[in-house]
Amino acid sequence: MIPQLIEWLTDPAHWRGPDGIPKRLLEHLYYCLVAAGFATLVALPVGLFIGHTGRGGTLLVGAGNALRALPTLGLVTFLYLVVGGTQTATLIGLVVLAVPPILAGAYSGVQQVDRRVVDAAVGVGMTRWQRLWQVEVPNAMPLILGGIRNAVLQVVATAAVAAYVGLGGLGRYVLDGIRAVDYPKVLAGALLVALLAILLDVVLSGVQWLVVPAGLRTAGVGDVGRRRPRRPARREVRGETTDTGGGRVDGGAGHGLRKR
Amino acid sequence: MARAWGARLIEFQSVTKAFDDGTVAVNDLDLTVEAGTITVFVGPSGCGKTTSLRMVNRMVEPTSGRVLVDGRDVRSADPASLRRGIGYVIQHAGLFPHRTVLDNVATVPLLAGWTRRRARSRAAELLEVVGLPEEVGRRYPAQLSGGQQQRVGVARALAADPPVLLMDEPFSAVDPVVREGLQDELLRLQSELDKTVLFVTHDIDEAVRVGERVAVFATGGVLAQYSEPPELLARPANDFVADFVGRDRGYRGLSFVAGAALRPDEVETVTVGAPGVVSGDEWLLALDEDRRPRGWLRPRATVAGPLSEQELEPGGSLHTLGLPLRGALDAALSSPSGRGVVVDRDGRAVGVVTAHQVLELLSTERAAADSEPEGGR
Repeated sequence: MIPQLIEWLTDPAHWRGPDGIPKRLLEHLYYCLVAAGFATLVALPVGLFIGHTGRGGTLLVGAGNALRALPTLGLVTFLYLVVGGTQTATLIGLVVLAVPPILAGAYSGVQQVDRRVVDAAVGVGMTRWQRLWQVEVPNAMPLILGGIRNAVLQVVATAAVAAYVGLGGLGRYVLDGIRAVDYPKVLAGALLVALLAILLDVVLSGVQWLVVPAGLRTAGVGDVGRRRPRRPARREVRGETTDTGGGRVDGGAGHGLRKR
Repeated sequence: MARAWGARLIEFQSVTKAFDDGTVAVNDLDLTVEAGTITVFVGPSGCGKTTSLRMVNRMVEPTSGRVLVDGRDVRSADPASLRRGIGYVIQHAGLFPHRTVLDNVATVPLLAGWTRRRARSRAAELLEVVGLPEEVGRRYPAQLSGGQQQRVGVARALAADPPVLLMDEPFSAVDPVVREGLQDELLRLQSELDKTVLFVTHDIDEAVRVGERVAVFATGGVLAQYSEPPELLARPANDFVADFVGRDRGYRGLSFVAGAALRPDEVETVTVGAPGVVSGDEWLLALDEDRRPRGWLRPRATVAGPLSEQELEPGGSLHTLGLPLRGALDAALSSPSGRGVVVDRDGRAVGVVTAHQVLELLSTERAAADSEPEGGR
């Protein structure tokens, strides 16, 4: 199977024309970027808003899970029948798929910013807007980008469904290959989808490295997600954990520093 | 920004805060914080001390009553600009992890519209004021120790030179030794900057150490006593305060008994490095060439060759002449010979005291204080 695969991939005929690899790759990439782009435009502001205000979080989790539960193929077919236009149907389906991870990333990113840091931001006199852009978003960057990477991966993998409703993309190879019992072609399609996914993920991890503030990288990006949650029940409770008890004996010197 | 003593800067007028679930965090608080003082709110968990503090910069809004800063109701100001004019320091510092230390400190000036250049040079100044080396400015908060982070937190609060500083358990998360250093630093800073500081802690030791006036809060948000530390320790207003101040309050009170009248005794000394030392029936105090105490040589010890530090028992704490009696008593109690070493301001030994001497002096001082109507402080 491997030699035939290599043969298929290296056949110059497969690199030309409307069914050639460059064309299909670009189509695939186009669906993915448009879908992920739209999803980001919709989900990012909503996620940031909900994370910032803390309002509607429960609703968001429910809606996110509901969206996740939708089978993309079924959705695309449904939309195809309702909307009519194949491309619109496909893109909407992919957007619906990409929204939940981006929403979740933005929401939890902002929501999990260390409560004390947010408290300090309010206390030094930042307005809500300043707090969001100067403190919450930079600190949420690792999770925001994590959500986007997640969404892109899923979209790349799922964009193959476009072929089912008669569009292009790398899914064509898989679908047409199965129909024609041309397994090297099926395999080549699958391999190209996987390679594209890996490539995009590498690119996005580079973007992530660029936009995540250096201070968070030093702290270890993983730390950000593990911070304690915001808004405990009552603030005074904090004191108890650090109580050292009353009877500590001082060193002899030091009291002369009192200002009297 | 120096103000006359006695001027009122923060006033709580019949302030009550009840939360939605019905808990009363602060109950009808009337209290005035004088300008240029460090005032400490202390009490157990849930006593409303933090809630009270947070009403000053409108992080919490009172259910009824008014909070005035410099004679103006805080609710007449826009919250964000009000807060920029009030320094705010919290436990764990709450530094912005994505910003360098320098930019953390420059936060408030930048919010106030300063140029980046001017804000940064001000921030660099502030790092020096709180005793941090310049290169710390380029680091990120995660790269600093807890104590350093707290210093940066204080610098950030001071950056726009606000007349009022709110400190909410600022030193509670650092270890006791570092905490003591930070407390000293705060007192030093205060002597230079003369801010009005409102300081919240649950640690009564910290409260009497740092505070010029201490407000003890009882559970349920009731102000139990508001007075100066010596008064608080000597005359608790009720059982709650007495209990909260603790069993050691007599001992803590020694921090406020002047030790000026203390007359240390002579002691037999020996210099480290001296050859062939033989001690008699008494402990010998070992000094270095500058007369700084190094330890004690036990009785009936014979040392061939030069006296090295290995032969010595480590000494106890040192009492600096002229400081309050608490240090003298501690020096005596912690010394292996039972005699506490008294040093001068340069750390040179001047003599020794026993616990007995300290206690005798204490009763003389007490008798003297009682014959005057009001202890003059």
